[in-house]
Amino acid sequence: MLNLMPIINGKAVKRADLPVFEFEQFREKLLEISRYGYIVQFFGYEDDNKLFVLAVMRLENQLLAGCARLPESYPSLTIKRPKFNLFERELAEQFGVRPLGHPWLKMIRYQPNWRQRPDVFGNNYKEDIPGRYPYFKVEGEEIHEVAVGPVHAGIIEPGHFRFQCAGERVLHLEISHGYQHRGIERLLIKSAPLRRPFIVENIAGDTAMANSISYSQAIEALGGLTVSPEAMTVRTIALELERLANHVGDLGAMSGDVAFTPPAAFFGRIRGEFLNLLLLLSGNRFGKGLIRPGGTVLPTGKMELAAIKAKINELRPEIDHCIELLLTAHTVLSRFEQCGIVSREAAEGLGLVGPAGRASWQSYDARRDFPVERYADLPPCPWEHPTGDVLARARIRAAEISHSFDCLNILLASGGRTETIIRPETHKLAPSAMVVTINEAWRGELSHCLLTDAEGKIIRYKVKDPSFHNWSGLAMALRDEEISDFPINNKSFNLSYCGMDL
Amino acid sequence: MFKVFKTRFEQGYRTMKYPKEPVVLPPSYRGLPVLHSDCDAEVVNKCAAACPQDCINSKNGSIDLGRCLFCGICERVSDGKFVTFSQNFELGSAQREKLITSTGSLPDLAAHSKKHFKKLFGRSLQLRQVCAGGCNNCEADINVLATPAYDLSRFGISYVASPRHADGIHVTGPVTRNMKSALLAAFEAVPAPRVVIASGACAISGGPFFGSSEVSAGLDSIIPVDLYIPGCPPHPLTTLHALLRFFK
Repeated sequence: MLNLMPIINGKAVKRADLPVFEFEQFREKLLEISRYGYIVQFFGYEDDNKLFVLAVMRLENQLLAGCARLPESYPSLTIKRPKFNLFERELAEQFGVRPLGHPWLKMIRYQPNWRQRPDVFGNNYKEDIPGRYPYFKVEGEEIHEVAVGPVHAGIIEPGHFRFQCAGERVLHLEISHGYQHRGIERLLIKSAPLRRPFIVENIAGDTAMANSISYSQAIEALGGLTVSPEAMTVRTIALELERLANHVGDLGAMSGDVAFTPPAAFFGRIRGEFLNLLLLLSGNRFGKGLIRPGGTVLPTGKMELAAIKAKINELRPEIDHCIELLLTAHTVLSRFEQCGIVSREAAEGLGLVGPAGRASWQSYDARRDFPVERYADLPPCPWEHPTGDVLARARIRAAEISHSFDCLNILLASGGRTETIIRPETHKLAPSAMVVTINEAWRGELSHCLLTDAEGKIIRYKVKDPSFHNWSGLAMALRDEEISDFPINNKSFNLSYCGMDL
Repeated sequence: MFKVFKTRFEQGYRTMKYPKEPVVLPPSYRGLPVLHSDCDAEVVNKCAAACPQDCINSKNGSIDLGRCLFCGICERVSDGKFVTFSQNFELGSAQREKLITSTGSLPDLAAHSKKHFKKLFGRSLQLRQVCAGGCNNCEADINVLATPAYDLSRFGISYVASPRHADGIHVTGPVTRNMKSALLAAFEAVPAPRVVIASGACAISGGPFFGSSEVSAGLDSIIPVDLYIPGCPPHPLTTLHALLRFFK
């Protein structure tokens, strides 16, 4: 019997080597693997006017890939494995195919499908979002509905939250996306190659480093480019600085949301210090312009590395003290503890990734399980005593901050001198090939997947942000919680709207 | 309580002295470009061809700062012969066309700002930020203005939750098709006289997403804009300078 093919993170394979299944057999296979395995990629693509679906599954530390011709309708996989939910909805939205029996078949980003097929959702795209589609409704005399967004009360991205409440208690939260949709996947294919790294950096700016690395690794694999160990060190340093900035910022935001303002102010300022270190490396506070296929393109010398070293030595005790202040304050603990619990079963069933997953007993960490860049030389991030609640998500952030500092110390000691490099963005890519790259971004597993045609032209560029898995986790966390606890739960996940909407 | 005091003491006073005292950004920062008009036409052509944003006009050697992502490719390609990026972060402009420069200098924002805005909002300015697409960096670096390092409220400027309480909107992102009607609703809800700020390459010109059918060509293709703040994203100091110079 045909089996899925083991592949390696960041290594190109010939598309001809990928097993092509009959769809019914493919479905059975995926259901079998996803009993204990997880979805890295599950998306459609057109080749020679035929529609295919490609899956990359993760089973422990193995990656398995395969594809099948996709029929216009097929029995939904979500019924048996909820982790397919958003993947199947995306497939229906982009290609107009119908997963039969899908329990909640709604669009994700509100866009007409790419094949000019009749719309699966019955939307009329001449009407502005939100169009005409139902929200999950709870009925009863005491039930009321709360609608928030797309324009929120703070300086944040747009999205829509619909709560079904009984008094203060949230029975159900439905999250609607699409407001940030910029058409990135198709823009990456149709625009000139020299624009690609810039589009990639702007998929989600707070994950610019992880996205650039994922893109670069893919182009390096398809173009046969090698990266110097020094450049790899600089890229890993940049990724860790991005992680630190975001985790520190989020701990501050969580503190602010329970009205404990001193750490909120301190962390807010310290977050900026990490952005300034990225500015030192790249000239941009989010590291944009630094990482390109083949390595890095800006010079990093002794001076920059010494400045980073001095700064992190100064910041580490400050952060330790702020974390201690935050996580020992009983007013904070009484809000964080037992709040917004995502059970192990829910996290497993939905396939949560990253710190949010690890807070709910999912040990998966791409740095440990599929190491690339310098991660094979770095110690794994300690992971213990998850409790599934806001406190667990805060503690994981704190542990990751400490781990990032350890990693930076090792990386900075190994040196990472790089030069200014001017390299054209026109790499000749391997024809009829496929590559999947996986990196542990600060929110969790980020994956890019590229397919090329016989001329080495990219025919499909798929991006999957960790938020694609984790938004469902936030909805689960709110079940049976008070609606007033939504802000701290939201901050404890701090998911990406633009990474989701693409 | 003791821990709060101890940590507060360790943190100290962190608010910068800007604008009373100048701030010097590191040499790696790419701010206002300096253009060398004596540069060989061939080098300019090379820069124009290497620019991912098509923002260099090789005919007259100008750069459109409204499209520019400040990536520095043109500086590297021309080895500094056509363009060098300075550490000057003062990039705001009241007029879109002034952002297209062949000298690398911008007119003083104060001279070009609308005088009635100074009178109306000079002492107190409340803005409603609307994110209309984009990558969240612009929002992140506006949020930074509220941290102790910048402490925006010391200037009487703050960001408010409701457009009804605002004197204007501060828009980021390329205005996606899916955000357009929500943006217009927020704009309509701001009582007149109101000010409109377009912040970041996306809101000014569509930024790195130009050419996508899902985004607009910039905020001023939808509503008139009073103040443009270039960058990808604009440095918090760029935003702070533009707000102070335009309104104070």
